[in-house]
Amino acid sequence: MSGAPADGGRHLLSVSDLGSEGIEEVLRVADAFVEVARRPIPKVPALRGRTVVTLFAEESTRTRLSFETAARRLSADVMSFSMAGSSAKKGESLRDTVETVTAMGVDALVVRHPCAGAAHQVARWVDAAVVNAGDGWHEHPTQALLDCYTIRQVLAERAGRDPASVGMECFDGLRVAIVGDIRHSRVARSGIWALAALGARVTLVAPGSLLPTSLQGWPVERTASDLDTVLPEVDVCYLLRLQLERGVGAHLPSLREYTAGYGLTARRAGLLAEDALVMHPGPMNRGVEIADEVADLPRSVVLRQVANGVAVRMAVLFLLLGAGVGADVGALVGEGE
Amino acid sequence: MTDAASTVLLRGGTVVDEHGERRADVLVHGTAIADVGSGLDAPAGSRVLDAGGCLVAPGLVDLHAHLRQPGAEEAETVETGSRAAARGGYTAVLAMPNTDPPVDSAAVASEVLALGRGALCRVAVAGAITVGRAGEHLAPMAELSALGVRLFTDDGAGVQDPEVMRRAFEYARGLGVTLAQHCEVSDLSAGGAMHEGAWSSRLGVPGVPAEAEELMVARDIALARMTGGRAHFLHLSTARSLDMVAAAKSEGLAVTAEVTPHHLSLTDAELAGYDPLYKVSPPLRSPEDVSALRQGCVTGVVDAIATDHAPHPPEAKETTLQEAAPGMLGLETSLAVSLGALTDGTGMALVDVVGLLSWRPARVAGLHDQGGPLAAGAAANICVIDPGERWEVTPARLASRSRNTPWAGKTLTGKVRHTLFRGEAVVVDGEAQR
Repeated sequence: MSGAPADGGRHLLSVSDLGSEGIEEVLRVADAFVEVARRPIPKVPALRGRTVVTLFAEESTRTRLSFETAARRLSADVMSFSMAGSSAKKGESLRDTVETVTAMGVDALVVRHPCAGAAHQVARWVDAAVVNAGDGWHEHPTQALLDCYTIRQVLAERAGRDPASVGMECFDGLRVAIVGDIRHSRVARSGIWALAALGARVTLVAPGSLLPTSLQGWPVERTASDLDTVLPEVDVCYLLRLQLERGVGAHLPSLREYTAGYGLTARRAGLLAEDALVMHPGPMNRGVEIADEVADLPRSVVLRQVANGVAVRMAVLFLLLGAGVGADVGALVGEGE
Repeated sequence: MTDAASTVLLRGGTVVDEHGERRADVLVHGTAIADVGSGLDAPAGSRVLDAGGCLVAPGLVDLHAHLRQPGAEEAETVETGSRAAARGGYTAVLAMPNTDPPVDSAAVASEVLALGRGALCRVAVAGAITVGRAGEHLAPMAELSALGVRLFTDDGAGVQDPEVMRRAFEYARGLGVTLAQHCEVSDLSAGGAMHEGAWSSRLGVPGVPAEAEELMVARDIALARMTGGRAHFLHLSTARSLDMVAAAKSEGLAVTAEVTPHHLSLTDAELAGYDPLYKVSPPLRSPEDVSALRQGCVTGVVDAIATDHAPHPPEAKETTLQEAAPGMLGLETSLAVSLGALTDGTGMALVDVVGLLSWRPARVAGLHDQGGPLAAGAAANICVIDPGERWEVTPARLASRSRNTPWAGKTLTGKVRHTLFRGEAVVVDGEAQR
């Protein structure tokens, strides 16, 4: 079973649209933009004259900021449109809202929405490129891409190599545990497919009430409920955010019980192999899924994830709006302002 | 309007009704059938309609149509809905009571019945089980029954409280009316937008588990047994629901069940592109469920195919899957979709499929002038079906006021050529005559 059909590379709706080659392409282009970020003026003219709109129907600070920073560093014009809650409640259909915004002349729409498939719907109605910035429980493709980027970057650095010289072989057989609320997680639904496409072996760790009803067709090696036995055997421990603001608490007896079973406490962090990575998509519930002292350990690469987010989103926008896949990114980023 | 003196000869077709099939012409005079036989002469001044290569069947009867009036006339009216019905071969539809205001009073029932008086088919009305369809206080069933209402339902939602449903069954029994349930335990289905299973898990769409339906089917069978009431199960969608109905029937309980053409033909895989046109309640289920529903039609556990015709204006569907209104059009495609699912899908005889669309639902609804058999003296409610005609569904050409059909652009096989309602040729060569 696969996700929704790909759309000829015009949109980024699901990591399944990219496949392993597409993911590699994004990571390769992101290498160049990570380098741009280190410049005194971290800006390139690649998308000058293009307009990127962030259309957010859900509260988000970091993702929106990350996309808007990415677009500005590519010299695109950026507009923000907030839909307070559901457009239906205002008597305007989502289609009307989207067509109104794109009528202003838009090259890319970055869509965040509390309902699964929102970006797919938007993509049906507009000529602009659509980037899914999170749709309900479904997917958050750029999060998965920046996570893959971060893993490759850290593994390369440890091997004393330039990340740009490291291919996707670093994911081969990489053991990744994804821990927490898989059922309601768009981060998991993108991350699992992206990591598996690159060759990683994925284990899901969650209480039964936070696992999806069905894992049929999921590229997952196994599911486990005992985190302690999993931790010594993984290279990456990826903790999901417990979305308390969305009533996930009703799936659990108590936060205390969740933390006791699935939180990465200081004791549990000690079970990890010395070089294992700890990742989290943020924002972290310190003391719930991750203990304060663990969040700040060097093996925790949470802030790197955030930093790489901008470069990866630059890569996505560049590939969708720039010269397209296969473009000579080096030539374009070389003309820094 | 009907000219009492008009005469129509349906020539060259194969008559099908519950007595079987035979080559025969059908002569209609006024509102009744005057003669059925081979080689009938056309009386002077009569209109001859070609039925060559066609089935001449009792008009179809829909137990489940949302005509949206009063309250949502932008989606459908009794007039447009009845025209869609006539084009689909229907000579009677049962209008669902989830209007605004709902049909929970004699006043609203009378309004809908009055609107139906000039319609292109018979418009019978279902009443609500509870006031405001809120599931708390019984609607005035006796008052509604006095207007001819034979079937009561809070469709759109199930009656959640088992004690309220028990009282409803007890009260209905004395009136000799049937309670029709939209089986859905709302605590289990809340927020769901599609069948809960492999597809919903992958797509990240909140699901409606099969158990949300099955628990209420089980409960209502128990209540029907306890009270001696008559239960009709609307739009059943799962294999286990049908198993329970089969067991209840063999136990001798007064239960009947309907399925929709879309649950016989489409699965949850259609939701892969998040297209709200495929969002219905209950949701499209698994291939195993589809196959079990088809088998239920073959074995007779299923009593009727009902459309659940649910028109919506574009803005109700031009949003996300989760926010979109559930429901799809059915009246104009039901026959072809059912034939495709059952004659092609299971090898069922045409006559049995027509039975599920005509005389069997007529019996469930207690509509005695409907469903044939086609014999001299019977009411002239007839549809003429070309079972081999292939046609493309073109939304702009539908008679319904709405366009929310998943069959748009698709080619179906089996088309209604003519429909006679009380002797009037309301559809001729596929076109509504008024």
